[in-house]
Amino acid sequence: MALSFMEGNEALARGAIAAGCNFFAGYPITPATTIFNNMLKMLPPKNGICIQGEDEIASMGYCIGASMAGKKALTATSGPGISLYSEQISFAIGSEIPLVIADVQRLGPSTGSATRGADSDIQFLRWGNTGGVPVIVLVPTNAMDCYVLAVHAFNYAEEFRCPVFIASNKEIGMNKESFDMDSITLPPIVDRTLYTGNSYLPFKAEDDKAPAFLPIGGKTLVRQTSSTHGPNGYITIDPDTIEKNQERLRDKIHKACNRITLFEEDIKENSDTLIISYGVTSRAVTDAVKILGNRGKSVSTLTLKTLWPVPEELLKQKAKTFKNIVVIEMNLGQYVNEIQRVLTDKKVKFYGQMNGTLISPAKIMEVIENE
Amino acid sequence: MNNDLNTYLNTYLNKGRPLVYCPGCTHENITKALDKTFAKLNFEADKTVIVTDIGCSGLFDTFFNVHALHGIHGRALTYASGLKLANPDLNVIVTMGDGGLGIGGAHVLASCRRNIDITLIVLNNFNFGMTGGQYSFTTPTDAVVGSEFLNRAEIPLDICAIAKSAGASYITRCSGLDKNLDEKMAKAIEHKGFSIVETLGMCTGRYTKRNKLTPKVIDQTIEKLEQYSGMIEENQRPEYGKLYRELAREKTSFPEPVTLEKQFDFKNYQRQEVVILGSAGMRIVTAGDIVCYAGMNAGMNVSIKNDYNITVLRGQSVSEILIDPQKIGYTGIESPTIVLALSDEGVQRRQYIFADLSQNTFVLKEKSVSIPETKAKVIEIDFKKLKIKKQDWALASLGVLAKNEKALNKDMLESAVKLRFNEKVSKIAMETINKIL
Repeated sequence: MALSFMEGNEALARGAIAAGCNFFAGYPITPATTIFNNMLKMLPPKNGICIQGEDEIASMGYCIGASMAGKKALTATSGPGISLYSEQISFAIGSEIPLVIADVQRLGPSTGSATRGADSDIQFLRWGNTGGVPVIVLVPTNAMDCYVLAVHAFNYAEEFRCPVFIASNKEIGMNKESFDMDSITLPPIVDRTLYTGNSYLPFKAEDDKAPAFLPIGGKTLVRQTSSTHGPNGYITIDPDTIEKNQERLRDKIHKACNRITLFEEDIKENSDTLIISYGVTSRAVTDAVKILGNRGKSVSTLTLKTLWPVPEELLKQKAKTFKNIVVIEMNLGQYVNEIQRVLTDKKVKFYGQMNGTLISPAKIMEVIENE
Repeated sequence: MNNDLNTYLNTYLNKGRPLVYCPGCTHENITKALDKTFAKLNFEADKTVIVTDIGCSGLFDTFFNVHALHGIHGRALTYASGLKLANPDLNVIVTMGDGGLGIGGAHVLASCRRNIDITLIVLNNFNFGMTGGQYSFTTPTDAVVGSEFLNRAEIPLDICAIAKSAGASYITRCSGLDKNLDEKMAKAIEHKGFSIVETLGMCTGRYTKRNKLTPKVIDQTIEKLEQYSGMIEENQRPEYGKLYRELAREKTSFPEPVTLEKQFDFKNYQRQEVVILGSAGMRIVTAGDIVCYAGMNAGMNVSIKNDYNITVLRGQSVSEILIDPQKIGYTGIESPTIVLALSDEGVQRRQYIFADLSQNTFVLKEKSVSIPETKAKVIEIDFKKLKIKKQDWALASLGVLAKNEKALNKDMLESAVKLRFNEKVSKIAMETINKIL
């Protein structure tokens, strides 16, 4: 067996390449810069394009333009960059522009700590757009996940015509580790559906689907707009048209929720405690549960790799038989609110930490043993 | 949308979308002139895109039967650049008002600097028409606008002068009512590189209600300003996209991942937690990599976390490495098995670990380095005496580990060094290590 050795950011870049990404624009920012560095090495030999924007807003603009010309575009940043991306994220959501955005999270708020990790942006990624339209957010636990989830992210972006976030973390992005690339089976590549008829309306779609795509610059004229639009891509003020479109933007994501729910579980029959976690924290949870198991305390785990849309059915189904639900997060309590909202009949216990260091297995054991 | 190419052989204007500007608005003349420009250039509609942003200039894309992208205020050039890079055959025309020019200033500068083959038509009507006639980057100080007194405390900027200094290779300034506007825009579009046409015009809905601005005043204003009528000789250079593609074409080698086969059996390998405490310039990160390579040589899983200052040539440099026969979960260090104390800065960064080190921890300390009290057995080495330079201490200390069969052995180390470096460097590295072995 051969092991490959790379940091999460390199793995994410390799996943993007495997997904068919052929355009990257970004602006340097710790701890996301090495995604940019890697794409700059990997794209030119594959005839892809990689450029540095004059700022984060521009980087997103380049990606939007390139995506509308038919490219599979990636950008990467950290919290302060997501702040600047926000207006363009809203554009990409509302106007159904496929994009993948890697957010290698650092400790916030604001410029925060460039080289300290935290899962700072979990609610921000969901709600950092005007209009409140749902987004897809995937979360890796390690470098291998970065590789695999990048492919899922592109597939979802293409299918649902929306920005898809990969909420990485400094502790994954800049942590170098070994994994067996040969053991990985990547999902089949999905490309956006191209329109094949002869009366193209750029935003005409089934009620819960994304519209078929045609590129700007192709034989058929395409209109793209950030304004509230009807199926023809022109501004509309017709309430019915607006409402139908808004609902479709929501439904295309929500109705596919179960299908895009990625997770890992370790459910033990004789345990009454379920720890729900995500991201780098899940690794410490796994270690803690192993040690507790050796000491005779059986604890189950659910590791979420899709945070948005909230996998409500999964949460209800997995939590059902457990007396104690514990959520551990590398922030002061963001996603726990969603879990408590879904698990109305459970009292959800929470531990969060936001001090620039990883939550240790010892801390998690302490939380569990004090149940 | 009317996609039938035959219906607009003589005009690119969309008959179903009549112009909606205020009566007397200069934008109307510019729209019609742009239509003539497209006809003059015999543009194929499906190879042409109009990119706009917010404001009345943002209506332009709706009037034409060409591809269209309407986006956020000031960002039109960013979408345009993405489109042009992705599809170099596209004719990319951007319309932007003086408002977009201000809010998107960085993108105007970047486009000028890059010389990407896009034409920016600036519709300067000296105010924000759509929101109530507020002052913009181009509003004269003595104008009466919808911003009370604010514009009286600022000065307007000359976008052509700025574009020139930022490297624009083609700049034209004229009245939006210029009878040769179509010709002027055509020449700008034909230029291979970034071109700007600044048109000065009247916002009849807002600006000219309280300011005397007539076609004649516009002409006089332009005469008083520096003249821009096309090519900027000193800024001529290759177009960005072309140059980018030429440079990128030379990059033919795809970087494959570092992948290591298991080469050695290290019987009963126990999990190792290695902490290397050093300073910038001591090649701590490289030494950490070598430890990882050595571990992978023995078929182990590895993880490494590095901690160094953003000012990379100063301060501490700390590597934390895990080597484990099992899959690695938590990547933090809990109970170090090896600590290499190679600089005071590094030790200070992690001084809290020493009190809890176990008796079994292997601590290697360079003679000059001070460490806090610890139960662990401390081995001191005098690298200076061995004539090993400070920048090689981390590497040499790996030799000490190999000699003591801590975390790695001689074979693993030698193999790791060879895999990490090229032949020449690995030979020099092994010479250093062999001073210890």
